[in-house]
Amino acid sequence: MANVYKIQKGLDIPLLGEAEKVVRTPDPARYYAMKPIDFNWMRTKLIAKEGDRVKAGSPLFFNKLQPDVQFPSPVSGKVVAVNRGERRKILEVVVEADDKIEYEEFGKGEPGDMTREEVVDKLLKSGLWSFIRQRPYSVSANPKDEPKAIFISGFNTAPLAPDNDVLVKGEQENFQRGIDVLSKLTNGKIHLNLNASYPPSEVFTQAKGVQHNYFKGPHPTGNVGVQINKVDPINAGDIVWYTYPQDIITIGRLFEQGIYDATKVVALTGSEIKKPLYYRLLRGRSIASLVRDNVNEGELRYISGNVLTGNKISSEGYLGFFDDQITVIPEGNYHEFVGWAKPGFNKFSTSRSFFSWLQPNRKYRIDTNLKGGERAYVVSGEYEKVCPLDIYPVQLIKAIMIGDIELMEKLGIYEVDEEDFALCEFVCTSKTPVQSIIRKGLNMMIEEMT
Amino acid sequence: MRALRRYIDNIKPHFEKGGKFEKLNSTFEAFETLLFVPDQVTRQGSHIRDAMDMKRTMSIVVLALVPALLFGMWNVGYQHYLASGQEGTTLELFWEGFKLVLPIIVVSYVTGLAIEFAFAQIRGHEVNEGFLVTGMLIPLVLPVDVPLWMVAVSTAFAVIIGKEVFGGTGMNILNPALLARAFLFFAYPAYMSGNEVWTHGLMEGKGIVDGFSGATPLSMAAEGNVSQMPDATDMFLGFIPGSIGETSTLAVLLGALLLLYTGVGSWRIMLSTFVGGLVMGLILNAFAVNPFMAVPAWEHLVMGGFAFGAVFMATDPVSAAQTKRGKYIYGFLIGLLAILIRVINPAYPEGVMLAILLMNVFAPLIDHYVVESNIKKRLKRANIQAA
Repeated sequence: MANVYKIQKGLDIPLLGEAEKVVRTPDPARYYAMKPIDFNWMRTKLIAKEGDRVKAGSPLFFNKLQPDVQFPSPVSGKVVAVNRGERRKILEVVVEADDKIEYEEFGKGEPGDMTREEVVDKLLKSGLWSFIRQRPYSVSANPKDEPKAIFISGFNTAPLAPDNDVLVKGEQENFQRGIDVLSKLTNGKIHLNLNASYPPSEVFTQAKGVQHNYFKGPHPTGNVGVQINKVDPINAGDIVWYTYPQDIITIGRLFEQGIYDATKVVALTGSEIKKPLYYRLLRGRSIASLVRDNVNEGELRYISGNVLTGNKISSEGYLGFFDDQITVIPEGNYHEFVGWAKPGFNKFSTSRSFFSWLQPNRKYRIDTNLKGGERAYVVSGEYEKVCPLDIYPVQLIKAIMIGDIELMEKLGIYEVDEEDFALCEFVCTSKTPVQSIIRKGLNMMIEEMT
Repeated sequence: MRALRRYIDNIKPHFEKGGKFEKLNSTFEAFETLLFVPDQVTRQGSHIRDAMDMKRTMSIVVLALVPALLFGMWNVGYQHYLASGQEGTTLELFWEGFKLVLPIIVVSYVTGLAIEFAFAQIRGHEVNEGFLVTGMLIPLVLPVDVPLWMVAVSTAFAVIIGKEVFGGTGMNILNPALLARAFLFFAYPAYMSGNEVWTHGLMEGKGIVDGFSGATPLSMAAEGNVSQMPDATDMFLGFIPGSIGETSTLAVLLGALLLLYTGVGSWRIMLSTFVGGLVMGLILNAFAVNPFMAVPAWEHLVMGGFAFGAVFMATDPVSAAQTKRGKYIYGFLIGLLAILIRVINPAYPEGVMLAILLMNVFAPLIDHYVVESNIKKRLKRANIQAA
């Protein structure tokens, strides 16, 4: 093993409901959706209107701020709804799927024989460019940029996260082809980061044209932001691109078959799922048929993604574009009598003020209760324990709160994404909405730069 | 509990906007959330949260103060009986102290909370839990015979000038409890220093046994009577005159254990404060020209309010340094300065209070330089790459 980066800081939240490593293929769903809210810095402009027929790979909408980047439909069928939120913001574009999927034809291609322009062109046309994002800011990559490196996190440390080895099983060829495509996009290195705690899948270890880096440590070690910070940190002016293994496989399939095959493997997890398993399905699928009769009783929260960074959806909501996990946990809208004073044998906390420290290996069923009121910062040193970035989190957050762009820059806002601060939000005694503050700061930076 | 919950839900509308008692909304909310953790769920960001909240944090600190408080009550009785030549059982001594200390605690809490509730209502905020700790700390650092109106005035000063003008809990620069003590110390020195104030009944002077001076070990040392000081065991256990809660190093250490085990108190600050104190003690020993300077360095740690200050005052996270490295520097300087002031300036035998307040002021500066070094590192990294 070449480079092993050991990370001490962080936290693995012990949750109940890990998915058993069995992959099932459910019957196709009727509805699929693309959600503009899965992407940062979007001003959505619809391409397909309600009632239009689309094929798999047809663009549904594009980003007015980056008109090149289009977002493809995962299935063929009819656009049946455009769901809007406040101020007519587009939340979801829903497609009712055909029984048999028709694909938009983009033509096969051997990435090795193609120029950068041809590769970029194919990715843009097919809409698969949207898989590639950049740091700083975690927004869609700009095709005109030349990134100094591309980072791929080959493992996920988030709570109940799916095992990437299960996700990529049997996709060695497509993965390699995807890597070949990426290598056309940069003259820098492609970093494939793997977990040193176990021998990773051959799909990763046998990949050519990448630099393998190994990491060991608790969450958020699997976050690409942490990996970038350790391997090749971003300085002012640098651009780094990143993408995820299943997205690379999809890109590989595009070049192999000439179509957008939206198949991916997703883990259904969480304490309220009766049978947590993996499912092979299409991106953007409605989760309705997966969770019906498969959840415990009570009021539940359905999350596309993990409990730290995922988005709340309904029991009939849609899988997010980048998500490879659905989590279902109990809602916490109840009053607990003197809850703050109870011994707390069953309450998970990083502080040892609850008696749950008596059972160090226990796993928890944690609900969505905020567990206290929002306060000004009082306790210090909490964030630092779970933030492995070489950054002062509280100082950065305060800089964002006061809108001091220069200070934000100095404190390293280029290197961060809200997901890197999700644990800070989890542990915060003052219940500060850390992730939304970080996003606000990133948006301020983009606005300042453009 | 369901009946109670129903009752609260019934009366709640009266306290909401437009209700009969809308001016008491913050007060109502404070009591409601004290009884029941709110049913609020996460709306954005992380869907689950750590069970730790401000109420838990603050109640852990109050719990950590209990040994010092109970011992302090007993010691008040003990010192009084000693001074008046009476004998009594442990329970009688404790009861005597309890009667004297309880009013001070009540006055401190009532004054402080009333102000907190009023400010919360004016600002439209929830009531912060910070005063739960401050309200307990203030009585523990006062002499037992302090007039109750002074407790009220100093508490009001500390809460309003020390905290609320800066924006409330979390925004203050100085530790409010110490500010209250400092206010009394400078405004009413006759009640805060000298030999008579530390033992109940001494200021009236009636029925006092001949030869009982009431002097604290610190004032004995400051007056050059080092040989009269009680032995170190007594000082460690706390059978000495002093502020109500500060005398027993043992009781303070019990509290420290709880703070450290639960992770509520910063071990970095506690450790570095004790190290700082020890280092200054050793320096003074090395250059000793008078008996006080020659007092063994480690004895300083069990004298006066040093331990209490290091464990409960210096670690106040709001007024302390907030960065890891900053905490070491901050604590070390507190220890250093506390002993320096104590020994070199006889006018202020209690150097700990002033040392902590001074370092409170410098804490943001310390943090600034620590953060600045991180910024420089980042700039350097960028420059190397550009070159």
